[in-house]
Amino acid sequence: MDWIAVALFVAKALGVFMFFLVGVAYVTWMERKVLGHMQLRYGPLNVGWFGLLQPIADGIKVLFKEEITVESANKFLYFLAPIIVLICTFFVYAVIPFGESIKIFGRTVDLVVANIDVGLLFVFAIGSMNVYGIVLAGWSSNNKYSLLGGLRSSAQMISYEITMGLSIVGVLMLAGSFSLLDIVRAQEKMWFVVLQPLGFIVFLISSYAEANRCPFDLPEAESELVAGFHTEYSGFKFASFYLSEYGHMIVASSMITTLFMGGWYGPFLSHILGPLWFFLKTVFFLFLFIWVRATFPRFRYDQLMKFGWKVLLPLALANILVTGIVIELLRR
Amino acid sequence: MISIIKALIQGLSITLKHFFHKPITLRYPQEKRQPYERFRGAQQLVKDENGRLKCVACFLCATVCPVECIHIEAGEDEEHRKYPVVFEIDLGRCIFCGLCEQACPKEAIRMSQEYELADYERKDIKYDKERLSR
Repeated sequence: MDWIAVALFVAKALGVFMFFLVGVAYVTWMERKVLGHMQLRYGPLNVGWFGLLQPIADGIKVLFKEEITVESANKFLYFLAPIIVLICTFFVYAVIPFGESIKIFGRTVDLVVANIDVGLLFVFAIGSMNVYGIVLAGWSSNNKYSLLGGLRSSAQMISYEITMGLSIVGVLMLAGSFSLLDIVRAQEKMWFVVLQPLGFIVFLISSYAEANRCPFDLPEAESELVAGFHTEYSGFKFASFYLSEYGHMIVASSMITTLFMGGWYGPFLSHILGPLWFFLKTVFFLFLFIWVRATFPRFRYDQLMKFGWKVLLPLALANILVTGIVIELLRR
Repeated sequence: MISIIKALIQGLSITLKHFFHKPITLRYPQEKRQPYERFRGAQQLVKDENGRLKCVACFLCATVCPVECIHIEAGEDEEHRKYPVVFEIDLGRCIFCGLCEQACPKEAIRMSQEYELADYERKDIKYDKERLSR
C-alpha cells in the first residue's frame, strides 16, 4: 500500500467518523425539534439560530457532570459497558457505502471506509455485540431496574435479530452478494423496496426493535424501570449510551437506505450527487423514527414477544419462500 | 388486520398534521398573555380626581377578608376626613378572592390584572400604600 492509498483511507475514515459524530449530535436536535412540533411546541429555540447550538451546549454540560460510580458495582464491567456500546455502534458505519466510486489521482476510490466482501454479515455481527454492552451495563450496576432492563433488552434484541436476519435474505438472493457496494449497484434499475415490500416492512420494524426505539423501547421503559439498563450511569458514561442510541438510529436508517432504497441512487446525477441522495434518504428514515415515536405507545412485554415470534418471523420466512419461487420461475 | 393498519396510519397522519401546525406555545417572558376581564390579580388602591386615595379607612375590607391579610391604621387629615395612615396587604397570605373589592363602599380598592407578583424576599410581597396605589 503506497502513501496515497493510506492518505485516502485515513481521510475517508476521519471524514466519515466526524460526519457521524456531528450527525449523532444533530439527530438529538432533530428529535427534539420534530417531537416538539408534533406536540405543538417549538422545541429548542434559544441556543443559537433555531436552537442549532443546543447539541453543543448539551455536550459541554454533560462533560462537566459528576461521574458517579455505584459502590457495589462491578467496576471493570461498569466502565467497559458504555465503551462496548459506543464502539459497536460507530464501527458499523465503516462498511456502509454512501456514493458511487470516484476517480482521484488516477485510481478508483470507493466511497466507503472499508469495502469488505461480507459487509452485511459484518454489520450484523457488530450490531449484535451491542447486546453485550447493554446486558453488562444492566448486570454490573447491581440494581434491579438495570438488570431487568438489560434482560428485556437482550431478549428483545435476540428475538428481533433473527427476524431481521431473515428479512434480508430476499435482498441477498436478488443481489447475489454480501458486499454492500454490490447490493446497492444491483438496485440501479429498480429499488429493492419495490421487489421486496414485505421484506422491507419486516426489516423496518425489526430495526426499530434493534435500536430500542419507540414503540419497542421496553429496555428503558421509564414508567416501569426508571431508566432501564443505564439507570446508574451519569456524566459521560450516560452520554455514551445516549449517543449510541442515536448512532444506532443513524445506522439503522442508513442500512434501510442501502438495502432497500437504492443507497446513493437518486432521480438524476447519481454519480456526482450520490452522497446527497444517500443523506436525504437517511434523513427521511430518521424522521420516520421520530415520527413513529411521537405517535405510538409502547408495546407490553408479552405483546412484543408475540409480535416478534408469531407475526414477524413467519412473515420473513414467507418472504424468503416467495422470493425463492419467483426467482426460480423467472430463471426457467 | 386491515383495521389495525388503518388505525396506525390514522395516528401517523394526526401527528404529521400537528407537525405542520403552528405551535401553540406562548413564549412567556417575551410574549405575555392578556388576562381575562374578570381576572383577579394584585389589589390596587384607587385615587380620586384630586389624586387622593378614595379610601376612607372604614375597615370593611379588613373585616371581610377571610385570611386577614389587610392591615389598616386610620387617621384624620386637616379637612377632618378619615384616611388610611397605613394600608398594607400581605400578598403572601392573600387568596385573591376579591371580597375586599366587593365590600368596599367607595370603590377604593379593586383587583388589578397584575399577575407577575413573584419576589425574592417575603417582606417584598407585603405591599404598602405606595405600592398598592401605583
